[in-house]
Amino acid sequence: MEEGVISQILQGPLRELFDSAQLLTDVSGSGNNWATGHMTYGSVYRELIVDKLRKAAELCDCLQCFFLIHSLGGGTGSGLGTRVLGLLEEEFPGVSRIVTSMYPSAEDDVITSPYNSVLAMRELTEHAHCVLPVENQSLMDIVQKIQMVAHGAKPELMVRRNATLSSGQGGVHEVEKPFDAMNNIVANLLLNMTSSARFEGCLNVDLNEIAMNLVPFPRLHYLVPSLAPLYTLADVNAVPRRLDQMFSDAFSKDYQLIHANPKQSMYLACALMVRGNVHVSDLRRNIERLRPSLSFVSWNQEGWKTGLCSVPPVGHSHSLLALANNTCVKLNFMELKERFSKLYRKKAHLHHFLHVEGMDLGCFTEATSSLDSLIEEYDSLDATKDQATPDPLRLRIAT
Amino acid sequence: MSVVTVQLGQCGNQVGQELFDVLCSDALAGHRKTYSTASCERFFHLTSQGDLEARAVLIDMEPKAINSSMTKALKGGRWRYGEASHFSQKQGSGNNWANGFCVHGPRHKDAVEELVRREVERCDRLAGLMTMMSVAGGTGSGVGTYITQCLRDIYPASFILNHLTWPYGTGEVILQNYNSVLTLAHLYQLSDAIVVHENDTVHGICSRLLNIKAIAFTDINRVIAHQLGGVLQPALTPDSNGVYSLNPLGELVSALCCHPEYKLLSVSTIPQMPSSSVPYSSFSWTGLLKHLRQMLISNTKMEEGIDWHVRPPPASGRIRSVAGSSFNTSLANLLILRGKDVYCAETGNFEEATIYTPWLSPAEAFSAWKSPIPFNKYEKSATLVSNSQALLGPLEDIVRKAWNMFASR
Repeated sequence: MEEGVISQILQGPLRELFDSAQLLTDVSGSGNNWATGHMTYGSVYRELIVDKLRKAAELCDCLQCFFLIHSLGGGTGSGLGTRVLGLLEEEFPGVSRIVTSMYPSAEDDVITSPYNSVLAMRELTEHAHCVLPVENQSLMDIVQKIQMVAHGAKPELMVRRNATLSSGQGGVHEVEKPFDAMNNIVANLLLNMTSSARFEGCLNVDLNEIAMNLVPFPRLHYLVPSLAPLYTLADVNAVPRRLDQMFSDAFSKDYQLIHANPKQSMYLACALMVRGNVHVSDLRRNIERLRPSLSFVSWNQEGWKTGLCSVPPVGHSHSLLALANNTCVKLNFMELKERFSKLYRKKAHLHHFLHVEGMDLGCFTEATSSLDSLIEEYDSLDATKDQATPDPLRLRIAT
Repeated sequence: MSVVTVQLGQCGNQVGQELFDVLCSDALAGHRKTYSTASCERFFHLTSQGDLEARAVLIDMEPKAINSSMTKALKGGRWRYGEASHFSQKQGSGNNWANGFCVHGPRHKDAVEELVRREVERCDRLAGLMTMMSVAGGTGSGVGTYITQCLRDIYPASFILNHLTWPYGTGEVILQNYNSVLTLAHLYQLSDAIVVHENDTVHGICSRLLNIKAIAFTDINRVIAHQLGGVLQPALTPDSNGVYSLNPLGELVSALCCHPEYKLLSVSTIPQMPSSSVPYSSFSWTGLLKHLRQMLISNTKMEEGIDWHVRPPPASGRIRSVAGSSFNTSLANLLILRGKDVYCAETGNFEEATIYTPWLSPAEAFSAWKSPIPFNKYEKSATLVSNSQALLGPLEDIVRKAWNMFASR
């Protein structure tokens, strides 16, 4: 809803990829206000958005899925974004919707981000098929770790990066903008997720299979992503790690893209999407090795979804994306709720939202109760952790 | 005497391609004219340019697996798939049996039936249809079941053999247990015989017998192809009157699936060893058959780690034992011997009444097929297709896990 970002893209190297018919901008932005994005701009631009979506969909032979990429803390991404999600559900009901959401960290620069996030979460829980939450703080930690490893392990790499001679590697920019490295990690997440749909492999995983396998109940569709090995734009020549190390890394909390510790909570399902020169025996060996340290829900003890794609990412021989449907996300939601309550108790900044036409306190209460019930559902599953649940009685066969 | 194969889903297409590879290289090896002609006639169509075209229809709901199988076949240079004998969509079945069975199957029924009909009409005489699929995914299991149903309707007098690949117990697809249960339940009514390979078992064969360190799916598929090839290649049967049998599927079904409630067949092959060791090994039929028999009754799938303590219960006072005893009772067994001195092989120890159920006489329960031609570079090899309790354990696991998932909450 403001022009700056899109103009920048259109001046950059990717300008050929976008057609003006696919772009929609306004002038003044949403003022970090979910209500402005969702209600005001949502109504004003509804027809235009549906029209553009329809045109894009008609260009496809076979439309399988929509990717929605946005942040929850702001106004446009959060408000208008979730409005678009609802539109997608109305206009294209058979097509799955996979959402990559940037969750605000504790030290977020937007004061109203808890409001925006909780209001948006209700929409995500109701209308998305599958959500991949990512936190800025985790991305920053990961980028720092990569830089530490790169500088610590190989001092000569630092010299080379500043050398005037071109090293001939793809994607090395002299001037890196601050969020570029972090965004690159999220881009890798999406690349790995779609790799099996784009390249061949001996065990393909399509996008619709991800939601199908990892979402046991419609509302519990928040998947914790983790990537191994970690690398950014400028780091394409990282030291190749051993294969087994890659699997262990993906399950360690430092490699998750949100602050979560899945090993201490319960897994409802887990997907491992491997790219590169990895064989099914390596996959099986690592699953057997890691399985005892993870706790799975009683009705899905061996719940692994595996995919093998032959083409590795650029500059690496193999990589792994793990998507876990794990009850540890409830802790993130509880923190979000806490930050929300701090503001809501005092009704701080609330008038900005309530001034928007179509918005009232009811929206807030609905959003909070939706978040509460989501947390409760995860809680009740957690309660069954470590309990020896007896197998349900089998059916009797009529003889 | 020709078999038309329908390959469904990624697994079906990948395994099918390896199978045709094995069949072709075995058929064309050496100077064995009658065998070669019989084998080629059974599985391939000779085009006017002298190329071998597999009698197969490839079906998948997304194009990548089919493309790679067809390219691999072309690259090998000795055989290929028919240019138009494939059908694919763009969107996949999402590992969802219901998607395959209720949505994609009916939607594409006509196109698939047309492709199969064309293949069938190119055969002088149809010995039967074989479908190849996995039970864990969405297309193989769902569309495969639906297509089997259609084939049963269109060809009521033909034999239908379903080859199924069961997934790893520790999970390849989370919905695999649901998909497996739904598939097996339907197929049991439709199929004449269901031949099963389990990924876990074949993986074990690759690692312990073939000594492969980095096992890829191609290795697994090759073992399955080798075992299936041993069953399907021409052989002399008791009914074939001194020539290669013209009715392989029919004779297999009548030898093994004597009762409509018992259709699950498992396959064991001996010997299996790394190809580099084959020229240095020599075997005797007595040794091979002794091991194979013990593998059968102790329910071991490979010639390593056989439990020699398992013995058949004594003939008198036998109680009908349930799963829990380690002795594997058979309903029927089919032994296929291929190679040198095959007519001297003594199969007597497979005819003992103690290894079979009491209500079928061993003479009816046991059959042997022989072929003097060595198969796939093994000087002597024996394949046992068995209708026994062997698959009970894995089947129980699948049903239990599916029920747990279903009955929770």
